Amino acid sequence: MARKLGIALGFLAAGMAGAAAQGWQPTKPVEFVVTSSPGGGTDNFTRMIQSIILKYKLIDQPIVVSNKGGGSGAEGYLVSKTAAGDPNKVIFGTNNAYLLPYVAKLGYKFSDLTPVAALALDEFLLWVKADAPYKTAKDYIEAVKAKPETYKMGGSQSKDTDQTLTSILSTVTGAKFIYVPFQGGGAVGTQLAGGHINSHTNNPNESIGQWKAGQVRPLCVFSPARLPAGPKVTETQGWADIPTCKEAGIPVERFQMPRTVWLPAGTPAGAVQFYEGVLKKVSETPEWKEYIARTVQTGQFLSGDSLKAFVANDDKLSREVFEREGWIVK
Amino acid sequence: MDGFSGLLHGFGVALTWYHVMLMVIGVLLGILVGVLPGLGAPNGVSLLLPLTFTMDPVSAIILLTSMYWGALFGGSTTSILFNIPGEPSSVATTFDGYPMAQNGRATEALSFAFLSAGFGAIVGVLLITALSGWVTQFALKFSSPEFFGVYFLAFASFVGLSGAPPLKAAVSIALGFSLAGVGMDSVSGSLRLTFGFDVLLAGISFLVAVIGLFGIGELILTIEDGLKLDGIRAKITPRDVLRTAAQMPKHWATLLRSSIVGCWMGITPGGPTAASFMSYGLAKRFSAYRANFGKGEPDGVIAPETADHSAGTSAMLPMMALGLPGSATAAVMLGGLMIWGLNPGPMLFVERPDFVWGLIASMYLGNVVAVVLVLATVPLFASILRIPFAIIGPLIVVVCFIGAYTIAGRPFDLWLALAFGVLGYVFKKLDYPIAPLILAMVIGDKAEDAFRQSMIMSKGSLTIFWSNPLVTGLMLLGLVLLFWPLLGTLRQRLRPSRV
Repeated sequence: MARKLGIALGFLAAGMAGAAAQGWQPTKPVEFVVTSSPGGGTDNFTRMIQSIILKYKLIDQPIVVSNKGGGSGAEGYLVSKTAAGDPNKVIFGTNNAYLLPYVAKLGYKFSDLTPVAALALDEFLLWVKADAPYKTAKDYIEAVKAKPETYKMGGSQSKDTDQTLTSILSTVTGAKFIYVPFQGGGAVGTQLAGGHINSHTNNPNESIGQWKAGQVRPLCVFSPARLPAGPKVTETQGWADIPTCKEAGIPVERFQMPRTVWLPAGTPAGAVQFYEGVLKKVSETPEWKEYIARTVQTGQFLSGDSLKAFVANDDKLSREVFEREGWIVK
Repeated sequence: MDGFSGLLHGFGVALTWYHVMLMVIGVLLGILVGVLPGLGAPNGVSLLLPLTFTMDPVSAIILLTSMYWGALFGGSTTSILFNIPGEPSSVATTFDGYPMAQNGRATEALSFAFLSAGFGAIVGVLLITALSGWVTQFALKFSSPEFFGVYFLAFASFVGLSGAPPLKAAVSIALGFSLAGVGMDSVSGSLRLTFGFDVLLAGISFLVAVIGLFGIGELILTIEDGLKLDGIRAKITPRDVLRTAAQMPKHWATLLRSSIVGCWMGITPGGPTAASFMSYGLAKRFSAYRANFGKGEPDGVIAPETADHSAGTSAMLPMMALGLPGSATAAVMLGGLMIWGLNPGPMLFVERPDFVWGLIASMYLGNVVAVVLVLATVPLFASILRIPFAIIGPLIVVVCFIGAYTIAGRPFDLWLALAFGVLGYVFKKLDYPIAPLILAMVIGDKAEDAFRQSMIMSKGSLTIFWSNPLVTGLMLLGLVLLFWPLLGTLRQRLRPSRV
């Protein structure tokens, strides 16, 4: 029923905006492929964009969102290969688009994806239980160093961003954790609130509820600058009160996860430009800014060369970790 | 705001004509997606989700949850009528529901299913209302070892019950475990059992297996038995529904036990599917009519249905209070919550009491609306069985394959469903039990993850499963249930010698 209504809305929009069309335009319903299961961060990211596009009628065709989160998202990226050259399939993901093929033998290569844009950078923080004795990130790291491999660091999935960050943290500080992989940020958060693990590196959005409730507490943020000041989260503190990890004496300059958009290989350049334009408009709407502020991400629109440069840099950093940890599959 | 005053406030929010209308629409849509195998509640809710973007969060969640209740009810309908579970959580309902329908007691089976489901749901909501604060504290006590304990308990209460030779049950479980292991392994981050086939990346959907093993397998068997050209002759009157309702109090023990199992599994959260299996297993173990189970025993319908629904409703609590979805559908709704601008977590109760208590109040109303609506459909659905097989058979095949395709839109799933159909047929012919395979597929990978996480935490020491009273209790209870049948046979052997 929802789909029918969507189609009806699409026709309505097509009638109104058709005359103004220039360059490449989708001629069929557009499929938004989400590389996570429903409810995940990538799913929210995609559905937010979908709702903004619907509201401002930025695409004349109906949009169908489909979740292909199997194989840590590889199922979704595989669309780039099976639907090569199809400009009506847009793939939404993170940096796992180019990192997954390193750690698992999958049916697609990074070269099968045509980059379109990155719209936001999700931040990582170091969290501990609220009643833990550590005042600063340095205190905690010293405690871990004093008793190597007894402190448990939780994270979602294996060989993914959380474990990569844990590995970087261990290398630069010499603190050795036991890394325990769980199914997702929600489960990791509950484990920390229950005191079953000692710390995790959740995104702000994944742990804001528990911070507010006084169950967990952030020590530092892995960002080059402090987070923007918003309304206070707890009685006394807001996001801007959290020091950067570098300030706190942990030499990790930055660790952020880009939220990315891709097209299949061999898609016409006009289509890439079209979606780039649509996403640029999305990133300038008040709804998008509200979403970025609410989920405490960093809004940054990257496309073309700036996106390429970001990917190259992120790819290099992560590959170093993967090589050191021996995760790369040949 | 807590308990009673919160609830009254919630009723004030939920009890408007607009919201009651949303409940009716939601429940009807839910019954529709529940009846179609494969489509199911998670898919139905994600299809509806875009429509709710512009709605007020309270109205939105009322629409989505009502659809969920409707789907849970609808899922049992096809389990009973055609042996095809519309929802994964209604697999256990087929064990006795289908034989009852075959014996011409379809009306009775459907009414029992819906009434006990309604009962379970209300118990679930009552629990949420009364214990919201305490329950969330309890859920925080659960870590990987405790989760493993819960899954172990579910396995232990179910295996050794199927009546099949233990070795055959073991084969079935092993096969289920290996099927559950296909795809990405979240603990090691590597692919398993995909043999380089891209189509296996996402694993084998449990729903496809159910559609094949039950729906298609059953059809192949029916065809082999010789085409019965006419349907089942059974007199169906609306009065049968009332007569069944009058019998409900007799089954109080099963109702009560199953509600407890369901609430427990909803909150911890083990999920409604595991809850229904476990509850069926326990009902059989404690029943005076054990031999009748699997042949059409009302308790065999009441137990899984009650547990399924109390788990489904009580799973909403960890979703709201901890951001931890207890079922696939809850996960979709969690995404909705974030899009509507709400942050799930303990503070949701403080910051948005109108939303939380409006939802809880709507769960009472929504379930009552759902029970009334589905009971009204009983005579209609039951009379479907009168349609000759020559007409209904091909229809079921079509619905099964459409269902298998809608799960993920993968053409490969159609072949899988067919393969599982053949497997189901072979299993039946060689007298292998299917249920252990399904159970292992549903909770096998979760149990495995929990076990391996525990091993990482304890650096490989099994003592972690005895490290605190909670996990020790779970493991002990599991072991007792596992060896119960053995104790039974021992007692039987001892008894004659005494005479």
